[in-house]
Amino acid sequence: MQNIRWKVITIVVVFVTFFAVGVYPILSSWKNLPAPGWLKEKQLKLGLDLKGGVHLVLRVKTDDALRLETETEMERLREELRTRNIPVTSINSINPTQFKVEGIPPAQDAAFRQAATEVTANFDRGSGVNGTYTFTMRPNVVVNLRDEAVVQARQTIERRVNELGVTEPQIAQQGAGGDQILVQLPGVAEVERAKAIIGSPGLLELKIVERVAGSKEELMVNGQVPEGQEIVPGVSAAGDTGNLYYLVKRVAAVTGRDLRNARPSLDENNRPAVSFTLNSEGGRKFGKVSGENIGRQLAIILDGRVQSAPTLESRITTEGRISGAFTQEEVQNLSLILRSGALPASLDYLEERTIGPSLGADSIRSGVLASVVGLLLVVSFMLVYYKFSGVNAVIALTFNLVILLGLMAYIGAVMTLPGIAGFVLTMGIGVDSNVLIFERIKEELEAQRGVRASINAGFSRVFWTLVDTHVAALISCAFLFQFGTGPIRGFAVTLFIGLLSNLFTSIFVSKTLFEMVLSRRQQVATLSI
Amino acid sequence: MHIFKNTNYDFLRWRWHAIILSWIIIIAGIVVIAKNGISKGVEFAGGTVVINKFDQPVTVQQVREALDRNFPGGGQNVVVQAYGDPSQHQVMIRVPLIGAEQGQSLSVVAQQANDALKKSNVGNFSTVSTEIIGPTVGEELTRRGVWATVLSLIGILAYLAFRFQFSFGVGAVVATMHDLLITLAFLAFFRYDMTLNVIAALLTMTGYSTNDTIVIFDRIRENLRSMRRDSLDHVINVSVNQTLGRTIIVSGTALLTALALFFFGGEVLHGFAFTMVVGIITGTYSSVFIAAAIVSFWRGASPTRAAAHAPPPSTPPAVAVQPTRKQKPQRKARAS
Repeated sequence: MQNIRWKVITIVVVFVTFFAVGVYPILSSWKNLPAPGWLKEKQLKLGLDLKGGVHLVLRVKTDDALRLETETEMERLREELRTRNIPVTSINSINPTQFKVEGIPPAQDAAFRQAATEVTANFDRGSGVNGTYTFTMRPNVVVNLRDEAVVQARQTIERRVNELGVTEPQIAQQGAGGDQILVQLPGVAEVERAKAIIGSPGLLELKIVERVAGSKEELMVNGQVPEGQEIVPGVSAAGDTGNLYYLVKRVAAVTGRDLRNARPSLDENNRPAVSFTLNSEGGRKFGKVSGENIGRQLAIILDGRVQSAPTLESRITTEGRISGAFTQEEVQNLSLILRSGALPASLDYLEERTIGPSLGADSIRSGVLASVVGLLLVVSFMLVYYKFSGVNAVIALTFNLVILLGLMAYIGAVMTLPGIAGFVLTMGIGVDSNVLIFERIKEELEAQRGVRASINAGFSRVFWTLVDTHVAALISCAFLFQFGTGPIRGFAVTLFIGLLSNLFTSIFVSKTLFEMVLSRRQQVATLSI
Repeated sequence: MHIFKNTNYDFLRWRWHAIILSWIIIIAGIVVIAKNGISKGVEFAGGTVVINKFDQPVTVQQVREALDRNFPGGGQNVVVQAYGDPSQHQVMIRVPLIGAEQGQSLSVVAQQANDALKKSNVGNFSTVSTEIIGPTVGEELTRRGVWATVLSLIGILAYLAFRFQFSFGVGAVVATMHDLLITLAFLAFFRYDMTLNVIAALLTMTGYSTNDTIVIFDRIRENLRSMRRDSLDHVINVSVNQTLGRTIIVSGTALLTALALFFFGGEVLHGFAFTMVVGIITGTYSSVFIAAAIVSFWRGASPTRAAAHAPPPSTPPAVAVQPTRKQKPQRKARAS
């Protein structure tokens, strides 16, 4: 008796706990019942397919980050060789992780090696014929840079999404190569704007202009871009439509990394512009460069295009402005992008799904309808076929439902449409354990054992069968989770939790219910099963 | 109430019929797939799906004509279908991958399709859902799906080999593979698209099918200990018969819920529910007719512990008797 009392207390406590966490918040939001805030927070969340929103998958082109690193080190070596007066024919990058130095005079070979060792620590040096050296990025550096690029891209996207003011966004890395980023924005209507803002490189560079011309060819010296310089397309400062090309220094005076803030403003002609403030480090660098170059043009380059090229009239430290032919909205977006920082590499959109809220509502309606119909069918079958014992099974089923909802809410799982399907199937397959036990009890009863003995035998004989079936199902469930993305994961989680709670209800709850009924009666001759 | 009380069917006698029937279905499935290919959902094939909800009823024909006239490249490759409940006036437009769906121009095709509809004045509509999948996503999904299936089968094989014997593991895995192939065949017969949801259903179904098989195996294992004088085949038959009631009832309840999903679950879950319905039926069938037969084949060559004590196979028991239950040794965690 004592034993049963404790079992019943355990069951009631479990039921109340899971009901409070899983079911009550749903009821309270449905019927407007009072609920404490922390409980509302725990309410089972709906997936994007039920709530509506945008689901994007992007790939970070990590090669960009490698190329940038290679070119930076290459330029650093070029500068170093110039200061040490070591002449070479050419320095060029071959691919994202390699560059080549050609034509080092044999007499200077040792000096070159010395300089290269000091400057290019991240590269392995391979020597070829005629004073040629190939520099290859070290494999561990490649891996680190790629990882870093993805992490930085994710953080930048997080900042941009937060600035967009989306509630409960989900941003995560995924994919076999680890270079994909999943962005889920519930309830976002302006998909195109969100996509443009998330995917914009947002790279701001301020570079001193060497020369300006109407075509690329005019800027070249002997058909080649002068060393240490590059040609950037853009429009003229007046904002007309003709294309201009700017020959600028390769190394930027200041980049977007030195930005402290950016905000929409107006330029001297009252057109929309973006004002920016540099941090102290950027201000120091900018002050030096602008002071040395008074009277020359400064190109303001955004994502590889010159937006404007004002003439430096005095030394400038921390304040600047980007003007161009912007609309008000572009200015808003641009400030947001600059504030959240540049992406370390460009992004590729792999996948886009938009689910309208009406479609989500339809899915919920049909999912719930199917669940209710399915459950009613199972419940009525169990009651008809197993009579009084069927009540036991239905109670176990209800428990299973409540525990499943409660656990999912507790771990913050997301309910998706396949999740609802998993829910119904868990119930349909979940009565399996009860059926297994009941059929065994029937067999034992037919073998003319007493009711008590039959029930005990039924439960104990079936115990290991239940363990085996559940473990096998959990194994395939684990792989389903591993494989899945988004909604499928929700489904796997539902099944997984359902299996665990089923084991508990069928073995513990069901048995205790039988014991409770039996303990009320001294002599039990028949069992309604 | 008690169905299948004390049944005494000789299931193993029908194993050849069952195996031939299964092969016919599987081969027919392979032929259909070879001829038509597996129709892949947009997640796997890539491309664009737009679902538009119109203010008034429109016919698929109207939408198709609009696309033929105004969609760049014409509408011959475009699939147009009514979507969901007819009262919602929803139309699904699916355009196969054309190569432009990458980077910033990912949504170009969706835009063009909607522009074509607007230009043709088919009626006012709003887009309720867009799904655009680039070319690289499908390959990775396929690879991961195949791996998940293979690994979960290996996992189940290993677990059953550990808990039972290797031959039981083989029986369960062969039965599960059988169910997968049969279900794939039916998906091909009824031209269901291979979508993520269908893959999820396939994997769930494998779990369900092994579940069914394990219950029978467990009974065989138990009976092997109490019926040491009987042949393995006889033990198998008795065990399948003893668990028959449970097998049918559980398949019945599972089938009820799967059918509820099929009829009421809405458009999105259709493929999922269909897969589950077929999977549950074939899973039950294979547990009864295939799984134990495989164990019997596998161990047929070498005498098993039960068979070693049994009379020679030439004189099978004339009447299969329900085994008299003696006091059995308390079951241990590790059986064989």
